[in-house]
Amino acid sequence: MKRIVAALVGNPNSGKSSLFNLITGSHQHVGNYPGVTVEKKEGVCVHKGHEILFVDLPGTYSLTAYSEEEIITRRFVQEDRPDVVVDVVDASNIERNLYLGTQLIEMNAPLVFAFNMSDLAKRRGLVFDLEQLSRLLEARIVPTVGSKGEGREALLDAIVETAREGRKPRIHGLNYGGEIEEELARVESVVLSQEKELADKYGSRWVALKLIEQDDEIVGKVQHKEVLDVVTKSVFHLRGIFRDEPEIILADRRYGFISGACQETIKNSVERRHDASDVIDAIVTNRVLGLPIFLLLMYTVFWLTFTLGEYPMLGLEWCFGRLGAAVSGLWPAGSDSWLRSLLVDGAIAGVGGVVIFLPNILLLFLAIAMLEDTGYMARAAFVMDRIMHKIGLHGKSFIPMLIGFGCSVPAIMATRILENRRNRLTTIMVIPLMSCGARLTIYSLIIPAFFTPHWRGPVMWLVYLIGILLAVICAKALRLTVFQGDTTPFVMELPPYRMPTPRSIAIHMWQRSWMFLKKAGTVILWISVVLWVLASFPKPAPERLVGLDREHAQQVALEYSVIGRVGRFVEPAIRPLGFDWRIGTALIGSVAAKEVFVSQLGIVYATHTDNNADALREKLQAHYTPLVGFCIMLFSLIATPCFATVAMTRQETRSWRWAAFQFIGLTVLAYVITLVVFQVGRFLT
Amino acid sequence: MGEAVMKESRIRPLSMVTTGDRVHLVRVRAGRGLNSRLASMGFVPNVEIRVVSNGHPGPFVIIVKDIKMVLGRGVAQKVFVQ
Repeated sequence: MKRIVAALVGNPNSGKSSLFNLITGSHQHVGNYPGVTVEKKEGVCVHKGHEILFVDLPGTYSLTAYSEEEIITRRFVQEDRPDVVVDVVDASNIERNLYLGTQLIEMNAPLVFAFNMSDLAKRRGLVFDLEQLSRLLEARIVPTVGSKGEGREALLDAIVETAREGRKPRIHGLNYGGEIEEELARVESVVLSQEKELADKYGSRWVALKLIEQDDEIVGKVQHKEVLDVVTKSVFHLRGIFRDEPEIILADRRYGFISGACQETIKNSVERRHDASDVIDAIVTNRVLGLPIFLLLMYTVFWLTFTLGEYPMLGLEWCFGRLGAAVSGLWPAGSDSWLRSLLVDGAIAGVGGVVIFLPNILLLFLAIAMLEDTGYMARAAFVMDRIMHKIGLHGKSFIPMLIGFGCSVPAIMATRILENRRNRLTTIMVIPLMSCGARLTIYSLIIPAFFTPHWRGPVMWLVYLIGILLAVICAKALRLTVFQGDTTPFVMELPPYRMPTPRSIAIHMWQRSWMFLKKAGTVILWISVVLWVLASFPKPAPERLVGLDREHAQQVALEYSVIGRVGRFVEPAIRPLGFDWRIGTALIGSVAAKEVFVSQLGIVYATHTDNNADALREKLQAHYTPLVGFCIMLFSLIATPCFATVAMTRQETRSWRWAAFQFIGLTVLAYVITLVVFQVGRFLT
Repeated sequence: MGEAVMKESRIRPLSMVTTGDRVHLVRVRAGRGLNSRLASMGFVPNVEIRVVSNGHPGPFVIIVKDIKMVLGRGVAQKVFVQ
């Protein structure tokens, strides 16, 4: 069977991913490009004896060297040399969409155009002379409707045909007009004679075009200074004639070529009127209504995720409980086999503690996929931009931060909606400051222990507020230092509203959730095991446990373990925060998952087995002041994101460096703030 | 009358254009990156820009080549039109 590699390119919002989903169905593989955070999707489809491998490249408007996505797309087309490049074009918006096509023509890529959403174009009154247009563009054109599955066969036929023909020289291509063509010829001839290698690899005309555009990547590849001298002269000459950058002049000429081609081949029978999109926009981006509508929608998403998700979550919890009990049952009752404990207390409890969030994650990504596919997300970014801009973030950053109140792990995954890397990293770094659901278990232990019912609400509110304020301050500080640089100029398309297809939403949701499960099965499993070992070994000598009940035996064992020892070891360091070794031990345990703090403290105070929070609260009241209680909450809020968060940060930033930076940075911040609060508080009380 | 014509063709930043007006791009005065990005999105000399809403002091909604877009105020100040 012959294998054909087809690259899918297209503008954002051209319906490229829905077409990709339509063609490849569930036979997809999602990964990341090495070294960058841009997603890489591949899918296979068999058509008339040909196996076609589709590579879904990032959506771009152009193929310059200014953004990660554009460089990836360009490199793939030029260096991996796919057999066919499919340019997905929004047929209801040909002009802007074909701009990318003109650049693919310049690369002499073996092209097929998919005129997607052709039903919408028809409704808008656009009539195409595809035969004529295909002659002008020198490529096959296939009308498709990605959301309804129309045009699939014809597109696959066109891909197979184009692959069979291979690359062939173009007859006319794009003509840039007198002066520009003269300079292009000059540069091209010097490229041909001096930079043989570049010319062979990319084609001399394309290299000449990029040099005149002063494309950083290609300029950097030039070996001979004489070539650059010729280019500088040409650029200077063109600037003098046109009083603008050559880059802009070339863009203008490409648009000229497109409008020429369109004028001959497209008839627009209806003038674009106010359509439904404009009406909806007038409401949801309204100056007064926009923000409340957005907040209401977000609240609904939130409510859906954590209320509706609760029942399946309880179900999963029950399943893991049963699994633990079943595995436990393999050993005789009362056995203290370490293997049993490793499996039940380490692996099953650890992975279970994270996997029970799966219903939440499914629902959350369902909601996000809906907001994205309908086109509302772009409006949300628009509405929030005014506020988020002040702290140096993008309007869209607000969404992952909000999700962070539920759980940092899906929140960090949700930062994928941010295109700009600096914005994305900043958002990831501050997400753990949004107080997550797991930390709520700590607050609900501490607050009733130290505060009268009257004060409980305000204290809780204060803790959350401190988190938000710190996130704002940190984001601003990070943008001014580590992630310094231009706040990316805010330019964004507002795509027309569309009805999302259940199929594409399902695929979207499933891919994200599968990634989460894989994570839980690998990194989180290992970390749970390691923490279990640290909390279980070394074991005290059996004679020390003689005569103790189960509860006190656990207490002694934890004290004796590595974690207990580390807790004691760090006591001098955490003394100034008002913490003793018991709190230290529990805090170290809470690195596995924040809620572990409560169970660890239960073990340390030997109130674990009654499962009675009040018994533990009494002990806390006896040992600590309300100020210490508050400091515990403060420290838990800010410090050491749990390991699942660290692992997710590592995955999404593709670097342990950022994960370590986040972990250490937040811990130091927590230490300093808690220190100040405790010392000042002690002075005042 | 001469003044009216003058006013019509005066070159000014897009941020000063009022809601509902149609203007033509003269040039974008920004760094190379933004310049090229806007050019690829259709901001080429003489293109018609329709201001859907001048959301002072916030972002700006416009239609260029039949596509609705949002520009930050910073960007709108760098786009010169007449």
